[in-house]
Amino acid sequence: MKIGVVVFPGSNGDHDAYHVVGKVVGKPVEFIWHEVDRLTGLDAVILPGGFSYGDYLRTGAIARFSPVMKAVRQFAVEGGLVLGICNGFQILCEAGLLPGALMRNRGLRFICKHVYMRTENVNTPFTLSLRPGQVLKIPIAHMEGNYFADESTLDSLEAHPQVVFRYSTADGRINDEANPNGAARNIAGICNDAGNVLGMMPHPERASESVLGSEDGRLIFESMVSNLVVR
Amino acid sequence: MKANVIVTLKKTVLDPQGKAIHHAIQSLGHHAVTEVRQGKFFEMEIEGIADESTARQEVERIAHDVLTNPVIEEFSYEIKK
Repeated sequence: MKIGVVVFPGSNGDHDAYHVVGKVVGKPVEFIWHEVDRLTGLDAVILPGGFSYGDYLRTGAIARFSPVMKAVRQFAVEGGLVLGICNGFQILCEAGLLPGALMRNRGLRFICKHVYMRTENVNTPFTLSLRPGQVLKIPIAHMEGNYFADESTLDSLEAHPQVVFRYSTADGRINDEANPNGAARNIAGICNDAGNVLGMMPHPERASESVLGSEDGRLIFESMVSNLVVR
Repeated sequence: MKANVIVTLKKTVLDPQGKAIHHAIQSLGHHAVTEVRQGKFFEMEIEGIADESTARQEVERIAHDVLTNPVIEEFSYEIKK
């Protein structure tokens, strides 16, 4: 198997994702420059965190038009795994590969801290190694993490179910106090209809080694890898 | 031709920046201002299109596809010769 990490001008989470996949989880990984317009020999693609195009216009608004995104869309349509982390999630929403939008945090502050998120759906390739309701400690670092969609879209996400992670307390309660940015229904991560595209605001690649304060993020990468093994 | 496009958050979307700006305006004593919402303004120079109707279609397309996120924003525009 091989996993690709896309690099846009301004991405800064690419090396961390590359390190976790290659050295911590130990699978073949390669960088994909954003001007590449076809993806070959890849089983999964990661859109990393950062500030692609300086967040000009809107976060992820310009990256969605990069040549690589046509290939990522086709890759997703064909069932390939796509993981969007932070800016990657923003790009997936701008590209229409996931519904909704990420707006400015309601407190108008850039938030950089560990949060807890509860696993709401373990029937995705990214969460199959987790238990329903399992709480993960993962850091966030964002100014635009406030997930928004209209009520009917949110109801449809709940029903399908496409809500994968929700901000929670350490013991798994969902309340406003545990919501760092005002995201609708405490949504921290969602998947598409087919379940092969996941977008999440927290950074699992920054929580895959105990020296960084949590290894919970590694479970997401390991789920992805074990899903790829059985395909 | 010149196209001026104004992009604003939809009314149903929370605008904390607008609220913060309103608070600042109020604190300076301008109590007549009851609400502030913040938006964006784009100026586009257009050449090589002769009729206004085609220019309008172009501007609407660009505004929809690039200048706004239709999930949370809407736009209005004017064309000037």
